[in-house]
Amino acid sequence: MSTTEAPTAPVGPASFASVDELEAGLRAQRYVADRGLATTLFLTLRLQKPLLLEGEAGVGKTEIAKVLSSLLDTPLIRLQCYEGLDAASAIYEWDYPRQMLYLRTIEATGAMDREAVRHDLFGEEFLLKRPLLQAIDAARDRAPVLLIDEVDRADQELEAFLLELLSDFQVTVPELGTMSARHVPIVILTSNRTREIHDALKRRCLYHWIDFPTFEKEHRILAVRAPEVSQRLAMQIVSFTQALREVDLFKPPGMAETLDWARALLALGTVDLSEQVVDDSLGVILKYQEDVDNVRGDVARNLVSRALMAGA
Amino acid sequence: MTDGVNHPSEAALTGQIGRNLIVLGRRLRAAGIPIGPGQVLTMAEAMSAVDVRRRDDIYFAARAAIVTRPEQRAAFDAEFAQFWRELQGAEPAALDAFTASDTPGEPPLPDASKKRQQTAETASAAEQEKTLLAVSEAEQEPEHGDDVEEMDVPPEDVLLFSAKEVLRKKDFSLCSPDEIAEARRLIEGMDWNLGRRKTRRHVKATHGERIDPRRTLRASLRHGGLPLELKRQTRKERTRPLVLICDISGSMDRYARLLLRFVHLLGQGLESTEVFVFGTRLTRITRELRRRDVDAAITNVVNSVEDWSGGTRIGEALKTFNFQWSRRVLRSNATVVIISDGWDRGDPDLLAREMARLQRSCRRLIWLNPLLGAPGYQPLTQGMRAALPYVDHFLPVHNLQSLEALAELLGRVEDQPPLRRHVPAPAA
Repeated sequence: MSTTEAPTAPVGPASFASVDELEAGLRAQRYVADRGLATTLFLTLRLQKPLLLEGEAGVGKTEIAKVLSSLLDTPLIRLQCYEGLDAASAIYEWDYPRQMLYLRTIEATGAMDREAVRHDLFGEEFLLKRPLLQAIDAARDRAPVLLIDEVDRADQELEAFLLELLSDFQVTVPELGTMSARHVPIVILTSNRTREIHDALKRRCLYHWIDFPTFEKEHRILAVRAPEVSQRLAMQIVSFTQALREVDLFKPPGMAETLDWARALLALGTVDLSEQVVDDSLGVILKYQEDVDNVRGDVARNLVSRALMAGA
Repeated sequence: MTDGVNHPSEAALTGQIGRNLIVLGRRLRAAGIPIGPGQVLTMAEAMSAVDVRRRDDIYFAARAAIVTRPEQRAAFDAEFAQFWRELQGAEPAALDAFTASDTPGEPPLPDASKKRQQTAETASAAEQEKTLLAVSEAEQEPEHGDDVEEMDVPPEDVLLFSAKEVLRKKDFSLCSPDEIAEARRLIEGMDWNLGRRKTRRHVKATHGERIDPRRTLRASLRHGGLPLELKRQTRKERTRPLVLICDISGSMDRYARLLLRFVHLLGQGLESTEVFVFGTRLTRITRELRRRDVDAAITNVVNSVEDWSGGTRIGEALKTFNFQWSRRVLRSNATVVIISDGWDRGDPDLLAREMARLQRSCRRLIWLNPLLGAPGYQPLTQGMRAALPYVDHFLPVHNLQSLEALAELLGRVEDQPPLRRHVPAPAA
């Protein structure tokens, strides 16, 4: 019944009448979203369509699902994709050891009624529900958030499963029949764009590309997520990472790296950036040896002196 | 000009607002953004769900429904801005309700169906030609050519001297136009078996190495719950992805067009093959080569690549590849083939560094050099010397025979990684 419901049906106890309300909600969850992302999230909830988020690693794609789940006070179900992820790990599998044991027990008691045994053996009791099936479980009293993380890492067979699931929100288990969702889950797919997602899947989703944050946004995020960092140091950190992204790097640092770095600097008791402290902690923001070699020395010195001017 | 509602699903978009959105959809399509009819509906839904007085919300709503990759944003922004201006110009007062009158200056729709039909026709013709020209497998190697160490040359049991055989060993650069045409046909008749790799998925197999619990359990029901029949499964195999990076600069001119033909053949019908060409800069031509008609595909490539037969900067081209493409195309243990004569005008340190990075991120790195076929050739050019320590297989590619040897090598790139000495890359 779920998919045919009016698109305006509330998704949970907290529903949002406007983009502004959602924006305020996200702020309360300490998530800094720009208007474009807030509008897209609002539509994801309102139109009950899956949302495909793409962007560089570490810009907060996965975080959105977590924030939505706590904002709507609803469970988060996460499917981490990897190459070779198959239906048995993504949708469901039968619990073979328990089925075997059950057969043995029946045998021992001698009460073997073939039809009844077959019926019991392939009943819901022996079904191991994996994340996708959990998300559309009819027993749920509210729509969960389903996070399908790094969908680009799975192979194309999985996309075919997803197509079916995301258009009808139902799954067919041959032995059991079709199971469909009572509440359409809030689906967030993320991709680092290591490969292009199939167009058919993209068309079923709303789409949003998250860029590296602007100076202002990065500063706001840092203030919200790591308030213990002094205003002065925060300015320096943000100037440094913003300028670092302009350097020709194999893997520029994301927002996640900025936050890690800020915490690392705090742990090191840093008051102001210096070439020494940058040198010691460069491994927190740069994850490739060539990038570290590239930045260490002149580039770092230059960036530090610019950052100190900005955060004086 | 209200174009009428001629698409069935567009009928759902009624009224003035709907017509305007259909117009917007058409213009976006004309601007090169592929949009399905479902997306126009989603756009309509999305736009009516947000506050129509806020231009930014309307814009974000439309964008979330239409744009599916970041490259499309610029085109979308331009079309949307135009659309919005026209709405305002037409009837400012009625803006909230989207009741602008018909929008002028709509670009005509390309006749897509006709085009599609045409492509289908050329495709089938090309296929027919291919089957007609297929060479039988019986023609074996008659005598030793320039053997390369890694190659197992098939036994020379068939001694057959024919014009074809001579052609097989003739350097492409020495061939007459007729011979080139013949070589093309032979290339198209080759049988390619790229390496296979095992995935982590399982499929049923009578003699598989793993027991399939689900099928075993079902079968056991026939024997009162005793698992008498053990059903088996094995790991599914897939073609190993192949990435070709082909030099088309001036010094490669004699070989480039013919090699592109060969590359086209490799790339055709193989989902997992990616093709790039470079002179001074790197260009991805995978999409252009998807066309089945070889000549059309190659003309297409020549048109889309600016530096055909210009200078060579191999290091920079590889850097572009490493930074922009490697993470997208070097998945699942790909084999990378570079086709170049190694005449590099760029920085040799940069080339060495990028070669080192590339070698670390792929299963096999093969370098094909047409000059290697020439007697007495030594890889002494600066570029070639810089690159060589990071190459797993260094092979000639100057005649048909060398192409066959390559095909054979690609067919047996096993799951074992190659033996590699650790060569440190020069520091940045």
